[in-house]
Amino acid sequence: MNVETSSTHAAEVAPPTAVGDVLRCTDLRRSFGAVQAVDAVSFRIHAGETYGLLGPNGAGKTTVISMVSGVLEADSGSVLVDGVEMHPGALTAKAAIGYVPQDVALYPDLTGRENLLFFASLYRIGRRRARSRVAEVLDIVGLTERASDRVETYSGGMKRRLNIAVGLIHRPRLLVLDEPTVGVDPQSRNAILGSVERLSTEGMGVLYTTHYMEEAERLCDRVAIMDLGRLIAEGRPRQLTARLGDSEHIRLTLEGDSTRAVAALRDLPRVTGATATDDAIDVLVPDAESALPQVIQVAAAQGTVRSVSVDEPDLETVFLRLTGKRLRD
Amino acid sequence: MHPSLQIAAKDLRQRARDRSAFLLAIVVPFVLAAVFSLLFGPAATPRAFDYAVVDLDGTAASRAFTVDVLGALQAQGVAEVSEVDEPEARAGVRDGDLDAAFVLPPGFAADVASPRPAELRVIGSADSPTATVVARSVARSYVEGLDAARVAVAAVRAARPALTPAEIERVAQETVHDVSPVVVEDVSATARVLDAKTYFAAAMAVFFLLFTVQFGVSSLIDERGEGTLARLLAAPIRRWEILAGKLLTSVVLGIVSLTVLLVASAAMLGARWGDPLGVGLLVVSGVLAGTGITSVIASLARTSEQAGTWQAVVAVTLGLLGGAFFPVRQAGAVIANLSLVTPHAWFLGGLGDLAGGGGAAGALPSVAVLLGIAAVTTGVALLRIGRTVAP
Ligand SMILES: Nc1ncnc2c1ncn2[C@@H]1O[C@H](COP(=O)(O)OP(=O)(O)OP(=O)(O)O)[C@@H](O)[C@H]1O
Ligand SMILES: [Mg+2]
Repeated sequence: MNVETSSTHAAEVAPPTAVGDVLRCTDLRRSFGAVQAVDAVSFRIHAGETYGLLGPNGAGKTTVISMVSGVLEADSGSVLVDGVEMHPGALTAKAAIGYVPQDVALYPDLTGRENLLFFASLYRIGRRRARSRVAEVLDIVGLTERASDRVETYSGGMKRRLNIAVGLIHRPRLLVLDEPTVGVDPQSRNAILGSVERLSTEGMGVLYTTHYMEEAERLCDRVAIMDLGRLIAEGRPRQLTARLGDSEHIRLTLEGDSTRAVAALRDLPRVTGATATDDAIDVLVPDAESALPQVIQVAAAQGTVRSVSVDEPDLETVFLRLTGKRLRD
Repeated sequence: MHPSLQIAAKDLRQRARDRSAFLLAIVVPFVLAAVFSLLFGPAATPRAFDYAVVDLDGTAASRAFTVDVLGALQAQGVAEVSEVDEPEARAGVRDGDLDAAFVLPPGFAADVASPRPAELRVIGSADSPTATVVARSVARSYVEGLDAARVAVAAVRAARPALTPAEIERVAQETVHDVSPVVVEDVSATARVLDAKTYFAAAMAVFFLLFTVQFGVSSLIDERGEGTLARLLAAPIRRWEILAGKLLTSVVLGIVSLTVLLVASAAMLGARWGDPLGVGLLVVSGVLAGTGITSVIASLARTSEQAGTWQAVVAVTLGLLGGAFFPVRQAGAVIANLSLVTPHAWFLGGLGDLAGGGGAAGALPSVAVLLGIAAVTTGVALLRIGRTVAP
């Protein structure tokens, strides 16, 4: 697969200097048996920057994050955290990272406060400081009132927020968030995104994975698109969509044979790409207005067209264009 | 505080909130020990022998045998003693109602006071060989003791030939009272075996120990499943510190549960433990061995269900072999030898050694073997730390 980088738009991105890098991954690789989960992944994050990793299920995002956090050993390549080499025994490098795993990882039979105090103790935060830090992070995630309740009594969204709070307890230089908003109500999600934005302005580096385009577009200074273990594009969200400025995105819902419809659509001269997903067919065209009649006609030949929509290019479009898949399946 | 202590403290707090840990570690073994000692208690204690005594002499010297010697056996619970006449005694032994009978013939006291050897007959039953052997040895040691009395009487008489029979009897009696009480040794094969209540309490305690210590080490697998282990791995602590914290949790849980069980069964079930220092050493070394075994299982299992199943299989197998359900000595040489690979056998054996009344030193061989089992199994678990303490 062709790796597109933002080099053509280098002027737009302030190239991060090595000194300011809170994270620098070079040529990371990791396989599980025959599956090459992460393949030659390199990127950098500098202080105060929020970096998004976008990719479909199984792209390798969590594997990257596990290696960055020192939970998993890389087969090869290196991770530098604040200039310090990360490996499973690297205590200094680990102390600089706030790790928020994809699935809620808390002790359900302990209270929110007990969970936070326990993890604070592992980061060798003294009792007194730990108490004030616990109060701070509870405030950040809005759980102060529930701090004395056992986590098993929390709602899903509250657990997710506490999951993030644990990662913040020691004021990390780099916060690593693996899909922190999955299964969270819009209000909680907004609160989470707000906290991440605030922390980032305070100088914390953030590595953020998500399926949600809106989140990446709102939060991330830069995003990388990941598929099948590789980074296939990297740049500012606007930059990436601008690169596809010549494309528009038509989405059809079709009752009929989508596979044949997609094949027929791809043969059209005005279509740059077409993909079928469970519920829809996505078509990329340089100009929707002129292509639309033909697209509908070809699709209608394979069934009944139920709906048609035309979207401005966004990261979703970029992703579709690069991978032939939609981000969320 | 050291991270291992933090982890152990956190685990113990979780376990303290978990009623199933408390049930499995303390309540269930205690209740089972109580039930077993009620159900099987009397049968499992060595039965008291049924003895009869026929006193045809009726003097102070013959009463001394009946009251002091046989009375002491009765007080020790070794024998039930009844006084009958000679035909009754013979019939009783013949019909199996009695295990043996002592007959003190007429002139017993006079013989004691004379140069003639005093005679004390034992009527034994072939059906109760042990009881008969014990009766004979009781009789023999009494008569041998009486030799001392006879010598004393002879000496007194030689010095003062004019003594009245009453005075002679008094001398004989005083000497008889100085004869050391009969010591019954090796009454049966019950040496190194605990009495029923103690045995069931110890057996249930050690059997459930392997389930109790599981709540420490095996929680590594739970933490892996719940993702908190990844969090521990991301924290600035070392892998062995995580494992050490878990082992510590097991050890603390094991020691607490065994101690509570031993104290409760002494207070409420009447179990009798020996030297406290020796028992303490056995508890600690037994818990370390149990923790080691559990940590090997935890290092092999992928899921908590798997670990739980394997743990149960291992606990039951070792428990059966090790004498946690029945005393292995009753089961023949093969099992008795196999039992030596189990911590249960050494733990129970060590308690048996202490119950004999010796000091803590009596338990040291068992303690050494238990520590050996702990060292080997913990070593294996440490070699596998890369698999156990991993996401
Ligand atoms: N422990 C593991 N053992 C075997 N295969 C694994 C393991 N972890 C990940 N993989 C495989 O590696 C690939 C990448 O997985 P990863 O979890 O990193 O993807 P992801 O991008 O985080 O996906 P998602 O969006 O679903 O979280 C997948 O094919 C997955 O099946
Ligand atoms: Mg993932």
